[in-house]
Amino acid sequence: MKIEKFILKYFDMIRTIIAVLIGVMVSVLVIYIISKSPGHSLMYFLTGPFMTRGRIGNLLETATPILFGGLAVSIPFQASQFNVGQEGAIYLGAALGTAFALSFHFPAFMYAVIVLIFAGLIGAGWGYIPGILKAKWKVDELVSSLMMNYVAYFLGLYVINYHFRDKSAGFLVSYELPHPVWLKQFIPGTRIHLGIILAVVFAFLVYYFLYHTKLGYEIRMTGFNLHFAKYGGINTFKVIILSQVIGGFIAGVGGMVEVMGIHHRFNWQMSPGYGWDGVVVAIIGHNHPLLIILASLFLAYLRVGGQVMNLLSDVPSEMVTVIESIIILLITAEAFLSQWKYRITVREAALKEVSDESAT
Amino acid sequence: MNPLLKSIFSANFVFATLRVTTPILFPAIGVAITSLSGSVNIALEGIMLVSAFTGVVVSAFTGSLWLALIFGILAGVGMAALLGYFHLNLKADIIIAAIALNMFASGITVFLTYIFAHDKGTTSSLKSLVFPSVKIPIIDKIPVIGRMFSGLNILTYVALISVIVFYYLIYKTPLGLRIRAVGQNPDAAESVGVDVKKVKMYSLLLSGFFGALGGLYLSMGYVSWFSRDMTAGRGFIAIAAASIGGNLPLGTFFGSLLFGIVNTLAIFLATLKVPSELIQMIPYVTTVLVLAVYAIQKSVRSGGEE
Amino acid sequence: MDTILSIRNIVKVYPNGVVANKGISFDIEKNTIHALVGENGAGKTTLMKILFGIEKPQEGKIIYKGKEVHFKSPLDAIHNGIGMVHQHLMLAPDLTVAENLTLGIEPRKWKVFLDTKKAVDIAKRVSEEFGMEVPLEKRVRDLPIGIRQRVEILKALLRNAELLILDEPTAVLTPQETEVLFKTLFDLKKHGKTIIFISHKLKEVKAIADRVTVIRDGKVIATEDAGSLTEHEIAELMVGREIRFERIPPSPKVGAPLLKVKNIRYRNKENVEVLKGVSFEVRSGEILGVAGVEGNGQTELVEILTGLRKADEGSIVINGEEVIGKTPREIREKGVSHIPEDRMKNGVAENAKIKENLIVDRYYKNPFSKGMFVDWKFITKYSAKLMKDFNVLATSPDALVSSLSGGNIQKVVVARELSMNPSVIIADQPVRGIDVGSEELVHRLLNEARDKGSAIFLVSADLDEVLELSSRIIVIYNGEIVARFDDVEGLTGKDLGPYMLGVKREA
Repeated sequence: MKIEKFILKYFDMIRTIIAVLIGVMVSVLVIYIISKSPGHSLMYFLTGPFMTRGRIGNLLETATPILFGGLAVSIPFQASQFNVGQEGAIYLGAALGTAFALSFHFPAFMYAVIVLIFAGLIGAGWGYIPGILKAKWKVDELVSSLMMNYVAYFLGLYVINYHFRDKSAGFLVSYELPHPVWLKQFIPGTRIHLGIILAVVFAFLVYYFLYHTKLGYEIRMTGFNLHFAKYGGINTFKVIILSQVIGGFIAGVGGMVEVMGIHHRFNWQMSPGYGWDGVVVAIIGHNHPLLIILASLFLAYLRVGGQVMNLLSDVPSEMVTVIESIIILLITAEAFLSQWKYRITVREAALKEVSDESAT
Repeated sequence: MNPLLKSIFSANFVFATLRVTTPILFPAIGVAITSLSGSVNIALEGIMLVSAFTGVVVSAFTGSLWLALIFGILAGVGMAALLGYFHLNLKADIIIAAIALNMFASGITVFLTYIFAHDKGTTSSLKSLVFPSVKIPIIDKIPVIGRMFSGLNILTYVALISVIVFYYLIYKTPLGLRIRAVGQNPDAAESVGVDVKKVKMYSLLLSGFFGALGGLYLSMGYVSWFSRDMTAGRGFIAIAAASIGGNLPLGTFFGSLLFGIVNTLAIFLATLKVPSELIQMIPYVTTVLVLAVYAIQKSVRSGGEE
Repeated sequence: MDTILSIRNIVKVYPNGVVANKGISFDIEKNTIHALVGENGAGKTTLMKILFGIEKPQEGKIIYKGKEVHFKSPLDAIHNGIGMVHQHLMLAPDLTVAENLTLGIEPRKWKVFLDTKKAVDIAKRVSEEFGMEVPLEKRVRDLPIGIRQRVEILKALLRNAELLILDEPTAVLTPQETEVLFKTLFDLKKHGKTIIFISHKLKEVKAIADRVTVIRDGKVIATEDAGSLTEHEIAELMVGREIRFERIPPSPKVGAPLLKVKNIRYRNKENVEVLKGVSFEVRSGEILGVAGVEGNGQTELVEILTGLRKADEGSIVINGEEVIGKTPREIREKGVSHIPEDRMKNGVAENAKIKENLIVDRYYKNPFSKGMFVDWKFITKYSAKLMKDFNVLATSPDALVSSLSGGNIQKVVVARELSMNPSVIIADQPVRGIDVGSEELVHRLLNEARDKGSAIFLVSADLDEVLELSSRIIVIYNGEIVARFDDVEGLTGKDLGPYMLGVKREA
């Protein structure tokens, strides 16, 4: 009976874990089907990310922008705003942030901070547009934010291509950023940079923001029940806009962090997909910032494992994307395992009735 | 005349525009049909990708264009069925499920490309058949018009015909009537015994069908190979095209055409050092503006009430 | 005359334990208009849902045309010749009238195509047969509500309905439209149709019905020829129960008016005037009860008072300050609290914790938060105390509201709304759908608040509740206050019923 209570209490969590396990099982199965030496491939996939310092580094580097993406998604999602414009905010934040860093100079100690804030503000502006359109006129934020992603992509590309392009390089990259805005790579043999610390700090800040501040409370209540929030006196107009603005800000910062930490110049010819990764980890982590840290690490682990396997065996890394999608599908399918929960609930209710009766 | 204007007013421009419009028009019709039934389908991106891939592989291994067509369509419809099953039966959020399916498509196609072609970028090492271009008998002979409208890929003509099919389907068949009824008031449909879930599933399958044709055109008409993520956002653009057009047949056509024109302009202007990026932005900005204006009008009419 | 439908001993218990029908039996004669009347919650709607295959009864039989029937779905009922016209019309707005009429049974051309011409023909045939003109090729969206309703009736007729159920059909109509509807119903009777007419408006019942069945409290009180009963007699049958309530003692001290409402007017989206100049005052230390059948403007009035909706005209003064145009928060800060009509829609966020629900109106104030930050430690302690004071049965303040029973959810709402010493309390259906124990508690708390000097505005569709609690009573009908009782001593439902039902009004 205790186990059943436990299952009911943590049902969502357990469901998520089962979905993840099914995903991993499918990958094992796939590896066994297509690999000539499945044992090795499997080993590369599962233990690869931990085998060398460089790979552990890879794992953390990979997790960093995903974590930013997830945090940026979680805030509007907690307010029940389906804004998927983080992809654009990340891209434009990075592109215009790069342009800004190349155009203005500040004292070294504050240079990086100012550039990050600027990139964040760009992202925030990108969240504001779908936000105000939704709050004021009920324009569907999903479609408008999707379109904004493309506007961001072309705008960013234009700015870099026409004004900040390093023509000495063979392909489309910006000039190198001035050294003061580089985020220090502090573990030799890896590219782990200060951005990872910043990302984790952001996760805790977002957690604290959502669960311990007034605005965070307003965001969550609006997400739970818009009518209730209005009835209670919450200014839902403000909440709908701010949730998307703050999400956009984090996305903008995340994009710029990636530029400042890894390549030190803008080099995205294609949109890097961290916004969509953010949706993935936000869903796996149930929009909870601290769980999103775990989800980002998990996703990064799968990615790096996939890359190692890709490199050293005959199984392509894209298997990971397939696994991700299966996990997401299972988590979002409400009816997945709902029968199981229902049976436990009924049994529990029956037990409770018996004990109530015997008590009276 | 200015060389730019000259090239824009040339027959080539019209020809190119129709070519570029085709892989937007197909999925846009798909999006419009599901929107009319009251669901948002953002999985066209994945549907097209899977069909594009399936078509190439089947044609390479069987050498049959017909089989490629059939299996390409089956693959697209299958993806749509998966979306329908998860959304309608397992009660998944349709948007998140669609995002997952798009990821699935992106992953599985590259994965299998590697398995079949031992290369991750493209299947160019697999020889793909291509759907033929057709010369239209009489039109072909007319001087300028012929160069504009004849000799296009057969699927481009199919796309144009699909607009008419879409019109007939939605306005002239019982299924179309039911799709519209379900989209406007599911309770009303239910109250006269229309199976809402089934109608929504059919509309998704139809969107899969049209999406599949769009995918097949991309890999077996527009070019003759499959490359990773070759849809390049056309499934999302389709949402914009359908939205601009109010999900109606002619509107969806013009919405898609707008994107086609702009993208073609971008290609033509690229040679003239006009920033093509800014041109390419126009349709997306337009979509946001159109949606906003539409919503503002609606809220003014209802007096700003809920 | 033949009996077309016999309802025998229908019992319906909902999963939450509410007994909606307690053994209902009556007969409906073929080719008559049979009115079904009763207060809100008397069980009419449940009975009709059973008849139309939406709900299944636990006990009892339905004999239709001499055969016992068990409808599994509305479609089943439709196939058997029963049609229903819902209060909220079931039409697709962008389809034409003919398309709406033939939806689901579309005539086809070459198997796959719609035969639009034939659809129009079919629709035309029924519309002509019954003399009900409708613009067949216009979109429903462009039609006035009276015509839409006619389309809805035709929809049933087209499917060969012999027995038509109309659920409060006149609630949404103008007087002119009502007249047209009645003419239609008489014509249908001439064509041999049988009609069940659900209504609160006794004048209409008298005008149109052949027979009347009165339901009260899930039981049939009477089935009579309409001609043999006066409106007054029907009203008495509807509300005149054995007196179940015990009036609470009168207020010890009545003070100055805290809520002054003057001439509130409001028109809704459909351009119907829902409130036609409502004025009243509530004084400190009294409960002003509003009696009235649901849907006569109460919901809108309460939302206007609490800032959730904007009035077109009028003034609301709370504690001496005008609050028209103020936000819900500003109004709450004047000391107004609000127990909402629909607790699941407005009253709670069911997937949030109890403590998160308890502070939605005060989280931003000290000591619930300091600066930007919410003090959960304090809130948890505070919530535990509130839960104890208001007898909310739950494992902890961290439990989700969705895990509670209806009564306990309402106690959460009441605990929040009554715990800030409000000077004005707007209580809308405060005990709807909760168990007797919780009901008593809520009533006791309202009484205590009154004695402490709150001005309470109580809206309820349950007459007993109004009579039990109110210091004064006003009756609302059709957006107007039609009666005021300053002295409630000895007042019973029989005195209020005729006003509530529009039979009588004060000059």
